[in-house]
Amino acid sequence: MDPSRKRRIRLGVALCAAVLLAGALMYTSFGASTKTESPSKLLTSAEPGRSYEVTGKVVDGSIKREGTRLRFAIRDRDGTAQIPVVYTGTVPDPFREGREVIVSGKVENGVLIGERDSLVTKCPSKFTKAPAKS
Amino acid sequence: MDTLGTACLVVALLTAVYSAGAALYGARTGRHEFVTSARRAFYCLAGLAILATALIESRYLASDFRYELVAQNSSTSLPTFYKLAALWSSQAGSLLFWVLVLSIFSSVVLHVTRRAHREIVPYATAVLAGIAGFFVFLMLAYASPFATLADPPAEGNGLEPLLRNPAMMFHPPMLYSGYVGFSIPFAFAIGALVTRRTGADWIRSTRRFALIAWTFLGTGILLGALWSYSELGWGGYWAWDPVENAALMPWLTGTAFLHSIMVQEKRGMLRRWNLALIVGTFVLSLLGTFLVRSGVLNSIHAFGASTLGVPFLIFVAVVLLGSVGLLVTRLDDFKSSARIDSLLSREAFFLLNNLALVGLCFVTFWGTWFPLISKAVTGNESSVGPPWFDRYTMPLGLVLVALIGIGPLLAWRRVTTRAALRAFAAPLAVAGGALVLLLALTDAAESTSSLALFVLAAFVLAAVGQEFWRGAGARRVLAREPRPLAMLRLVGRNRRRYGGYIVHAGIALVLVGVAGSSAFAKHEDVRLAAGQTARVGGYEVTYVRPTAGVASDRAGTGAPITLGALLRVRKGDRVFYEHPSRNYYPSQDFSQGGPFGRFFEGEANSEVATKWGLTHNFWAAVTPDTSNLMGPIRVANRRFADASPDVQGVILAAIAQSYAKSPPPATFRLIVSPMVSWIWLGGLIAIAGALTAGWPSPDARRRRVRSLYAARLGRDLSRA
Repeated sequence: MDPSRKRRIRLGVALCAAVLLAGALMYTSFGASTKTESPSKLLTSAEPGRSYEVTGKVVDGSIKREGTRLRFAIRDRDGTAQIPVVYTGTVPDPFREGREVIVSGKVENGVLIGERDSLVTKCPSKFTKAPAKS
Repeated sequence: MDTLGTACLVVALLTAVYSAGAALYGARTGRHEFVTSARRAFYCLAGLAILATALIESRYLASDFRYELVAQNSSTSLPTFYKLAALWSSQAGSLLFWVLVLSIFSSVVLHVTRRAHREIVPYATAVLAGIAGFFVFLMLAYASPFATLADPPAEGNGLEPLLRNPAMMFHPPMLYSGYVGFSIPFAFAIGALVTRRTGADWIRSTRRFALIAWTFLGTGILLGALWSYSELGWGGYWAWDPVENAALMPWLTGTAFLHSIMVQEKRGMLRRWNLALIVGTFVLSLLGTFLVRSGVLNSIHAFGASTLGVPFLIFVAVVLLGSVGLLVTRLDDFKSSARIDSLLSREAFFLLNNLALVGLCFVTFWGTWFPLISKAVTGNESSVGPPWFDRYTMPLGLVLVALIGIGPLLAWRRVTTRAALRAFAAPLAVAGGALVLLLALTDAAESTSSLALFVLAAFVLAAVGQEFWRGAGARRVLAREPRPLAMLRLVGRNRRRYGGYIVHAGIALVLVGVAGSSAFAKHEDVRLAAGQTARVGGYEVTYVRPTAGVASDRAGTGAPITLGALLRVRKGDRVFYEHPSRNYYPSQDFSQGGPFGRFFEGEANSEVATKWGLTHNFWAAVTPDTSNLMGPIRVANRRFADASPDVQGVILAAIAQSYAKSPPPATFRLIVSPMVSWIWLGGLIAIAGALTAGWPSPDARRRRVRSLYAARLGRDLSRA
């Protein structure tokens, strides 16, 4: 076989392998992903047993500690619909009332049962506050 | 002073536009004085950027709250160090920082190349001026650091407490310097494309900048990880967060670039690939800045959406389409002048390492942008978590470590089987020995991937050691030098090569640290009353007593109240004490909790206690339960609301002390992670290696001077 043809075949094989690998990666990413929902959507259309990732603001006055368990409620960024959350595991330092958090879990009887250690708050470089009024 | 600052920016914009225009005009008409003028305009731009930065920093130092930026993230009580560093925690400030670093880097590279590459430099100048101009324009149009408030507050918001950490203060400038640094090889690559200069000129003049950018970016990533580990209170250092990924992606392609340019320099191959890599690296750097600042990944990190999104995206699109267009129209000009002779050659393995690095970058890219991708494909926004990233990055990482070990052992062009056997025998033996030892003495076999990584890392270290040993051995024989001296001279005379090997050893150690700490860490979340004991990973942790202090934070963050716990930790016969605590910052909103309660209603964050060790780190964070303080706070709010500040200070101290007297059980997070310190130790070694590789060598300078001298002599002779 002449060398240029051999090279072309080799390139073809390598490209096919790369495309196959990339395809597998893309395909599995759709299966492994968690659906992102807002609290209001979750209230109306949560499928039982499916895992969701919810983004919302912690409702003022809703945080309660029960031993190592944490109860709070999150609401839509612009809205009032809220869903109660039961969560165990680490709570990041920036977690506070009124702050936006992300938590993953499953919905049971209208309550989001948070996955252990799944609570995330936003990166602190993005906190924006209105300047204090004196 | 705000007028002066804004004037600085306006003049800077005009200077950038002039510089780009003059450089292009000079290139088109061949009038070199315009190119010189464009270069000097860049020096002027650097001066303006330095002046603007000095102006705003002086306002930070003076706590001049008429400036929106100062009011938003500084305060009078902030320590001076953090006042100066508060600049880059804001959007406008980080844009200014971009321009500052870019104009200084560009001035240096344009000065160094002022007598070289006459075809490429004008276009590179224009590209750099265009980038600088765009960032100045962003500041003027969207986020000026010199914006003022009509109604200035008496006290500023203060710097976000989580950012009051030394690592965090150096992390952003490092990252930005890395992002900015890649614009220099990018600009020269565009110059080479436009002028169809197919040689390695553009690489030779910007190689060092690529290395500097790579080092800055890597250091920034490591510092970010250190901040996450020592400040965030969750005990991890990497979470595949979009912001982390944004920095990792250009670092990966930059690493690939640093390797593949060697193939072009040595063998004239991979020309198009190098151009594509540097374009990709620069676009990823821009996207990195954009991701951090824009909030585009809305569903997961919908945080503080900014106004910069649209102009930034347009800029990225222009850069990407322009570069790809140039590349496609010039594909034939940049054909390789040679072919890979054998798969068992150094260039073939460089190509493989490039593929692995780009593959890693692709995985990271796909996962980071998946929320947007899935929304476009299925209509539903979904995201992938760390397990997905781990599944793909782990095998690619293992392949990469193997390639790090194999690559340097192979010669350029081709290797005979006998030479290969001789080169591989010792490293393979060491790797085999490491495998046997690990299986016999440790429980590393519990995690196959970690075991594989440890063995591969041993292979890399042995390969690097062998290169040093053999090189020094050859010098010892030829130059009759004793071995230690030969070793030093060897590195000094071949800095790029042996600096690179040191980096390899460092990276191998970093990955050993990652594998060890992620597979074998033990953590416990426990609730302990004073006197109780918990066990984690062979450590016995006793909660001795609670602590409370006013204005006594050891880390110097300026926190008014610190509550903590004294822990006695016992491992075998060794006993040591640790003191994790939590800092409380007052809420600026007086309606929250009243005059005393507001001190507990604002931000609060952990001051983690870490016992660093070569084999294990003991890490502890505490969350005190402040519910018992609500009673005293209510009383104080009622009775001392109008008392003088001094009296209020005493009362506050008394409230804090009451916590130490009768504490409820506190929640602790305790982590024992093996070898986690190796991540930063290996990082330091890698940085030292990069510095060695990038340091100008006296020999090279002498050679350059000699050739310049010879050229001048030749000119003079021909004139005579």
